[in-house]
Amino acid sequence: MAEAAAPRPSSSVKLVLLGEAAVGKSSLVLRFVNNDFQENKEPTIGAAFLTQKCNLPTRTIKFEIWDTAGQERFASLAPMYYRNAQSALVVYDLTKPTSLVKAKHWVAELQRQASPGIVIALVGNKLDLTNEAGDSTNTSGEDGDADAAEGDDGDARKISTAEAKEYAEEEGLLFFETSAKLGTNVTEVFTAIANAIPETSLKGTRGPGSTQANASRSEDQSRVSLTGPRDNASKEGCAC
Amino acid sequence: MPSDSSGDPLRRTNQLNVENGASGNTIEEQRPPLPPRPSLLQTGNGPASPHSPSKSALQAKATTAISSLDIQTLSFPDGSRGTFSAPTSGSVSESLSELPEGQRTPSRNVNRNGSDLNDDASLMSIAPTLRGNGDLASFLDDELNTQSPAWRLLNSQTEAANLFEAAEFEDTSLIDFDHEFDEIEAVDSQRGNEEEVLRKWKSKLKHYLILSSAGKPIYSRHGDQNLVNGYIGIVQTIISFFEGAKDPLLGFAAGETRFVVVTEGPLYFVAISKLGESDAQLRSQLEALYMQILSTLTLPALKQLFSNRPNTDLRRPLGGTETLLSSLADTFTKGSASALLSALECLKIRKSQRYTIDSTLLKARTEKLLYGLIVAGGRLVSVIRPKRHSLHPSDLQLIFNMLFEAKSIETGGGENWIPICLPGFNSSGYLYMYVSFLASQEECEVTDGRPSTASSTSPQDKVAVLLISADKESFYELQKMRDDVVSQLEKNGSMDIIKTAVRGGRPSTTDIIPGSQLRHYLYKSRSNVQFTMPSFAPYFCSPIARRRLMSLYHNLHASAHAKHSHLKVIHCVSRDYVSLGWASPQFEFYCVAGPSTTRASLAKSANDIIQWIKREEQRVFIIGGAVF
Ligand SMILES: Nc1nc2c(ncn2[C@@H]2O[C@H](COP(=O)(O)OP(=O)(O)O)[C@@H](O)[C@H]2O)c(=O)[nH]1
Ligand SMILES: [Mg+2]
Repeated sequence: MAEAAAPRPSSSVKLVLLGEAAVGKSSLVLRFVNNDFQENKEPTIGAAFLTQKCNLPTRTIKFEIWDTAGQERFASLAPMYYRNAQSALVVYDLTKPTSLVKAKHWVAELQRQASPGIVIALVGNKLDLTNEAGDSTNTSGEDGDADAAEGDDGDARKISTAEAKEYAEEEGLLFFETSAKLGTNVTEVFTAIANAIPETSLKGTRGPGSTQANASRSEDQSRVSLTGPRDNASKEGCAC
Repeated sequence: MPSDSSGDPLRRTNQLNVENGASGNTIEEQRPPLPPRPSLLQTGNGPASPHSPSKSALQAKATTAISSLDIQTLSFPDGSRGTFSAPTSGSVSESLSELPEGQRTPSRNVNRNGSDLNDDASLMSIAPTLRGNGDLASFLDDELNTQSPAWRLLNSQTEAANLFEAAEFEDTSLIDFDHEFDEIEAVDSQRGNEEEVLRKWKSKLKHYLILSSAGKPIYSRHGDQNLVNGYIGIVQTIISFFEGAKDPLLGFAAGETRFVVVTEGPLYFVAISKLGESDAQLRSQLEALYMQILSTLTLPALKQLFSNRPNTDLRRPLGGTETLLSSLADTFTKGSASALLSALECLKIRKSQRYTIDSTLLKARTEKLLYGLIVAGGRLVSVIRPKRHSLHPSDLQLIFNMLFEAKSIETGGGENWIPICLPGFNSSGYLYMYVSFLASQEECEVTDGRPSTASSTSPQDKVAVLLISADKESFYELQKMRDDVVSQLEKNGSMDIIKTAVRGGRPSTTDIIPGSQLRHYLYKSRSNVQFTMPSFAPYFCSPIARRRLMSLYHNLHASAHAKHSHLKVIHCVSRDYVSLGWASPQFEFYCVAGPSTTRASLAKSANDIIQWIKREEQRVFIIGGAVF
């Protein structure tokens, strides 16, 4: 964890993860923060608060991450987590249709209740369970056969990229498909969010920053082509 | 022998009577009515209902027998497992055998290699007349004993037992313990693995089932839905049959397996155990599972769910907390001193050091704080609390389970904000708990005061700060308090003291008293609701050895806590261990020594340890705690 000595301007960005239980929110955070994955991650209880730095060319973003539990009984706590958040990761499991429905509810709630300038990324996780996750490197063998009933060749995908992407565009969200398991696109999501946070809302180090409503989204960046799993070690941008 | 220790009304034996069934050397002339084996009060519960006549008869008998004694020595030279819970004293097995075969509760301890416990050699020394005060040593004084033919017999017996020491066990009862926590795969009719799955399910030594009174499955420690559903149905039918008859079912036995039922409102809790715990012990385990459910939902919410829809499926609202139930269940199955004694363990540090830590917490205390705790290595270091409120041990058990047993919370230096109902405090609402595990110095790279997230050491060895508030918005306030506390503790050297104490681990008995015969002990201070114990090493490192030790403690504990029991000192001899239980108004003490240990040296070692604990009381226990 070598820390860059360069005195880049640094600012804190509060980020909240929302989504149905078991879609992989904690796994995404674990991948982002520790570059690690646990096959049988225990469900989160309450919420976890973690921090991780992300070095952009011109500045350092320090994410203050709220990883929330997806269970309904915690729903009433959610406002505490997204209040003053400058960014949100709304996660669904692309093998589970109900989880996208839930994700849309969260997006609607954020748009109604959260800070106006909040940067929202819609994330379809568990990309490794689909075919396109990569032909040679796909290691998701065991997971695959559980869903083998669907599709001819063990493709567990239930939500097409097109469907989710279209929705994301309508709502002005960043959009990614990820695999916390393989590391696919995980750093990219956070980097894209860091880039999308308007400079103007980055003044203070902490506190309710985002007053400036700036809906400009780096749409191009969100259209990440699904290049399949890549080597997690070769990351650019985030210091992990 | 220092005998000043005994402010305890521990009474003195002046006569020992021994029966030795196996060798046929029964000393008939001295034989008073024999007391039952300690666990008999549990094992003898008879079938089905505790109100069944067979049981009350048995209990009455046991009670009279037991009330005349204060010391009881048991010996099972054949060394079969669970020696102390064997329902096989002469007198009682006689009474048992008078029961119709079907009603008889078979021993839980019948050895699979065929040794019938009724044939066990048993040595029982009894002290019917007791008077005056005496400490443990004089009580078990060798001088006294040597005068008794019983003692000579006992002595020769233990020496003989010693020969078997190397052989250790052909104990088959824990043979599956290694696989106790293995997951059972799902039933897959295509692969036709039903039988295999069922076999594995049945081989588990311990089951916990939770269901609603309407028969909906809520939780099972082992086996998936398909496997368990049928059993849930049967269990529900049986329990509700007795409910209907206004004669609630509390427990029953089948073979060597004990079933215990607890009903809490709309919920049924069932423990099925082959491990030989007493009914009361199993019941308290089930109560703890109930507390865990309340802690997730709160009591009003639970009631609400079932009054709206009696047929509610509770698995959904409990979603994500099965892991907490399972870790609690496994703690009981592995054997936990804390759970057995309903007490907490503290990290041993100097009184002045603890005072400094308490003060640091008090000084940093913020407005919204209700309880503040520092916990290290699974042990309590410091607590601050409002004057009006104390912390209930059962609540702390839930918290410790969540923190140190379940893997649900961020222990790698991240922070957690957890809504939790502490039923002992108030079962009707949530509190909010801020938890921060401090990464140890070596692995920690502090960035702007926040520890970066990294993990390697197990949570068991880590230092955690817990700050509890009734205000769900107080996270940032408590986070700031934690920062203050931690930086102060680092500055005033307390953090190093805590870490050194954790790293040092628990001392062994011989570290405490060189030459001590004790291999392990438990000491519970009743007034402080805390206990202390030495390290498990070197004798009880493996899970099985530890379970065996815990079974032994469970049996001693059951004897000391059996209803109507007036036992104050229990001394048990088996092929593998000599053990002693001592219940006084101030403390409970249980200890284990090697099989060749004489009573005198056992007593001396026990006394030495108790003296040491009394001397170190202010370090070993948190006395009073810091209030604001
Ligand atoms: N195959 C696969 N499994 C994943 C992925 N991310 C998470 N999981 C698994 O999904 C389960 C739930 O993950 P978790 O991170 O706890 O979900 P959360 O409840 O949203 O935080 C765990 O068993 C993870 O191992 C992924 O990208 N691919
Ligand atoms: Mg989670």
